[in-house]
Amino acid sequence: MKPPPFDYHGPATLGEALDVLAEAGPDGKVLAGGQSLIPLLNMRLAAPAHIVDVNRVPGLDGIEAGPPGVRVGALARHAAVERSPEAAAALPLLRQALRLVAHPVIRNRGTVVGSLVHADPSAEMPAVLALLGGSVRLASRGGEREVPAAEFFTGPMESALRPGELAVSAFFPALPARSGTAFHEVARRHGDYAVAGVAAAVTLDEDLRVAAARVACVSVGPVPVVVDVTAACGPRPAASADWEAAAAAVRDRVEPEGDIHATADYRRHLTGVLAVRALRDAAAAAHGEEA
Amino acid sequence: MTTRLFGEPVRRREDARLITGQGRYLDDLGAGALAAAFVRSPHAHARILDVDVSAALDVEGLVAIYTWEDLPGALAEPLPLLIPHPALTHGRTAYPLAREIVRHVGEPVVMVVARDRYLAEDACALIRVGYEILKPVVGIEEAVRGVHLVHEDVPGNVGAHLVQEVPGHGGVTAREAVEAAPHRLEFRLDVERSACTPLEGKGVYARWDADDGSLRVYSSTQTSTSVRMAIAAKLGLPLPKVEVIAPDVGGGFGVKIVHPWPEEILVPWAARLLHREVKWTEDRREHFVSSSHERGQVQHVRVGFDDDGRVLGLEVEILHDHGAYTPYGIIVPIITSTQLLGPYKVGAYRVEFSSIYTNTVQVTPYRGAGRPQGVFCMERTMDKIAAYLGRDRTQVRAANFIQPDEFPYDQGLTFQDGRPLIYDSGDYPEALRMLKELIGWDSFAEEKARAAAEGRRIGIGVGCYVEGTGVGPYEGGHVQITSDGRVHVSTGLTSQGQGHETVFAQIAATELGVPIEKVSVVTGDTRRFGYAVGTFASRAAVMSGNAIALACRKVREKALRIAAEALEADPRDLEITDGKIHVAGVPSASIPLATVAVLSNPLRYAFDEEAKRATQFAGPASDDRPPVAEGEEPGLEGRDYYSPVRSTFAAGMHAAIVETDPDTAEIRILRYAVVHDCGKLINPMIVEGQIHGGVAQGVGGALYEKMVYDEHGQLLNASFMDFLMPYATEVPRIETAHLETPSPLNPLGIKGAGEAGVIPVSAVIASAVEDAEGITIDRMPISPSDLHHLRLTR
Ligand SMILES: Cc1cc2nc3c(=O)[nH]c(=O)nc-3n(C[C@H](O)[C@H](O)[C@H](O)COP(=O)(O)OP(=O)(O)OC[C@H]3O[C@@H](n4cnc5c(N)ncnc54)[C@H](O)[C@@H]3O)c2cc1C
Repeated sequence: MKPPPFDYHGPATLGEALDVLAEAGPDGKVLAGGQSLIPLLNMRLAAPAHIVDVNRVPGLDGIEAGPPGVRVGALARHAAVERSPEAAAALPLLRQALRLVAHPVIRNRGTVVGSLVHADPSAEMPAVLALLGGSVRLASRGGEREVPAAEFFTGPMESALRPGELAVSAFFPALPARSGTAFHEVARRHGDYAVAGVAAAVTLDEDLRVAAARVACVSVGPVPVVVDVTAACGPRPAASADWEAAAAAVRDRVEPEGDIHATADYRRHLTGVLAVRALRDAAAAAHGEEA
Repeated sequence: MTTRLFGEPVRRREDARLITGQGRYLDDLGAGALAAAFVRSPHAHARILDVDVSAALDVEGLVAIYTWEDLPGALAEPLPLLIPHPALTHGRTAYPLAREIVRHVGEPVVMVVARDRYLAEDACALIRVGYEILKPVVGIEEAVRGVHLVHEDVPGNVGAHLVQEVPGHGGVTAREAVEAAPHRLEFRLDVERSACTPLEGKGVYARWDADDGSLRVYSSTQTSTSVRMAIAAKLGLPLPKVEVIAPDVGGGFGVKIVHPWPEEILVPWAARLLHREVKWTEDRREHFVSSSHERGQVQHVRVGFDDDGRVLGLEVEILHDHGAYTPYGIIVPIITSTQLLGPYKVGAYRVEFSSIYTNTVQVTPYRGAGRPQGVFCMERTMDKIAAYLGRDRTQVRAANFIQPDEFPYDQGLTFQDGRPLIYDSGDYPEALRMLKELIGWDSFAEEKARAAAEGRRIGIGVGCYVEGTGVGPYEGGHVQITSDGRVHVSTGLTSQGQGHETVFAQIAATELGVPIEKVSVVTGDTRRFGYAVGTFASRAAVMSGNAIALACRKVREKALRIAAEALEADPRDLEITDGKIHVAGVPSASIPLATVAVLSNPLRYAFDEEAKRATQFAGPASDDRPPVAEGEEPGLEGRDYYSPVRSTFAAGMHAAIVETDPDTAEIRILRYAVVHDCGKLINPMIVEGQIHGGVAQGVGGALYEKMVYDEHGQLLNASFMDFLMPYATEVPRIETAHLETPSPLNPLGIKGAGEAGVIPVSAVIASAVEDAEGITIDRMPISPSDLHHLRLTR
């Protein structure tokens, strides 16, 4: 379990990093927190010829929270975002989700943006980005582009990132007033990737009826599965909304596969259970915000 | 004896070192050594056609590449079959490097030595081995069909077949007893594979001294003395020219009692051949696919019982999957089939097992060593009887207990040490009473009803076991008091973190009347003690503990004799307190042990002030007696051995309360209670630590861990990402109560405790989940996904 040979680059500026990445092209890999890449290297499941360690690049660790949402820089660690009071105030879902990502020591190193680029369909942060309709900002020597979540996640462990590009930040848009969120998941062990998980966002109208309800599900498809359940639960007051109907809609949409930890049927069932719990809690949070 | 440390919760003396990173594990040694790595078979069953190393030759830093063809003499022979048994008619072991056929994924084929491990792995990646794929045999059912064979010359894939039968009253057979019983049940049980997975894998580091013609080997082993003999034999070296040392070892749990591992002889061989230090540190993937697994069994049970739930006849057929090779013989299924009986008298008993080859990693003892499966079988049986009769589960158990006045109790079977299975002592009714009180068994029904009213499902489970501990043949201890008053204790068996440095020091300090700070303990170093068996079967405290106590008593007697002369007193009037010998009740007339140590060794040369007292002109000595009297030896030291007639039998009972989520089918352990009896406690804190670790591994076996092989014999979860060892967050707080029924078999009255915690956990959790759900649980481990599907088939 030692990595195959590679050239190590430790650029000191963003420009240098983009130059090295441009040169390396498809043979280059960005090293951020290393919590996913290093195991892949050690198991010789990845063999990039060039590793571009961006940890010394200044200015990439920002967390900017404001009324429009939260922009998270490429070197902002999971733990920093989790603990940021501004980020939590702007978007409670960030903290709700990050607490479910791995264990504290891994969150101290791993980055939110790295987790998005890694695009594991079982990971929490891609689901959050997808649920909120956020985006990832990609930079290359040729310039920058902002890719919306719906286009960013292209398959299991596959993203729209092109050779030569560095993801410099991700943007998580804030929700409208009278919104609430929740994240529920079941993992085999505390901190493991989820067997199934559901992030939910519910927005109430002025009469406190459900105006919008959406979920994003992890571990039940090649990418986070976003389902708009507004119609299924009906424009009813949160307390009498038909979450079971919403869950049924979610169960119909997900495409789980079985593996050694859980069957596809169990994952589908579980997603429904978690959807009810997450939607109910999100609605309660939306209610609480109003009160 | 005023320095009474035996029985006290003395803090572990090794922990300061181990938890502050000062431990010296195998990979901490030999910084400049060459590194070995192995090309291992990617196929479960294949014929090796050719090995092409040409591409690897360009790797800078490559030193050597070896295949089976390169191995000389005894090294080229199959590895030893460590524990032969007449029933193991078709025992087979692997070659150190595969010869012609590979029989499981992970079997070593090529050994590479290079400047460091990175380069060695680079070279491994460039070596091309050509294979002709053969049909793999995976799973017990597939193996017993016998259509495809793991070993061409082992028909039906059956390595061993053994029947033991104990007739009931009037000589009735188990079959007859079952048939004649008022009630009968018949069922099948399944236990999945798991493994020891110590945090530190295996590792070997060898230094050849060409000038001296000697070899020093460090191995992360549970038996340095036996590894030493194996290396000497395989390499054709005189035994005194080989020393083997077990440094700090990061867990063993059984896998490191197996020896010699291929690497344990290949690494020293390469070191001698290359005249260089060579080291191999096993990585996690290697550990999963090329060490050992355990547990996997299928059991068919028939039981007959009366209206009170008393078992009148029990028939058990066991299919035991032992993987591709049998280096450790059939110890595991023997233990399952004998220890299955636990604390019960079962009337007539017949047990039959077949030990079966499959193209998977070999099976050798893992903490518990076949007992968890046996206990699962017996305790499931007890619960089924209770359910059938509509009786309380503890009542049915109590109806079958061996009573306190029935010891020694002969179960009529032959145990793993080849000796009769005779329990030495115990008090099972009292243990059960204590357990029921601890967990609140009798009030649980109300608790359950309250929970149900809140929409919660909870259940309670129980499990009992008896564990044969402290198996022979022997261990030894050596104790030396030096002229600085320090006490040096050594024993040949090894430590893997159990706390031997503490408990053996407690024993020595108590026996010798010295402060524990004066005592140091060395284990597993053949330079200090050459005769030993090893650390397994919950035997270290019983075997080495008693041997050290006996050695201390010899030293004490000698010290008192010398002191008596110096103090002009009767040795029978002397006591040792705080390192000083004095006349009982007269602390002023005293002589320090340090001085006695000086006097014990008549000297010619005074190397320091103290030593002057022992030189030839120092004082009055009888002119007509030799300085070292007949029958005496110089020095204040003693060596003794402890070799018991048979094992001691510890026992315990566990209970758990679990909660199952009605929707997600998650299973949570709310409470876990243990009543434990290992005879006299040397250190209750260490015993509890052993229990906690054992229960943690048991929770793994009950709810999380299994080895998942696909039909091609690929292990699908060969990493800690997918092999779910429980974290601290998955292990409940463990409530413990101790019962002490001393063993009459040894001077200290102790029994083993090392494996106890793990043994009944699967049985207990199955019992509790069954109680919560009302669904029969016949297969472990159980995951939320499994429980969900069981609910659907209800
Ligand atoms: C034991 C364990 C448990 C875990 N459990 C979870 C879990 O429950 N949920 C979860 O979501 N995650 C989990 N993780 C993964 C963790 O969240 C990682 O931190 C995350 O997946 C990747 O972040 P990183 O910064 O470590 O990325 P790295 O490992 O450095 O990189 C991962 C990949 O992303 C690419 N990359 C990273 N940053 C950039 C960038 N800025 N631009 C372009 N490419 C980039 C790399 O090239 C690489 O391909 C776990 C990890 C471990 C070790």
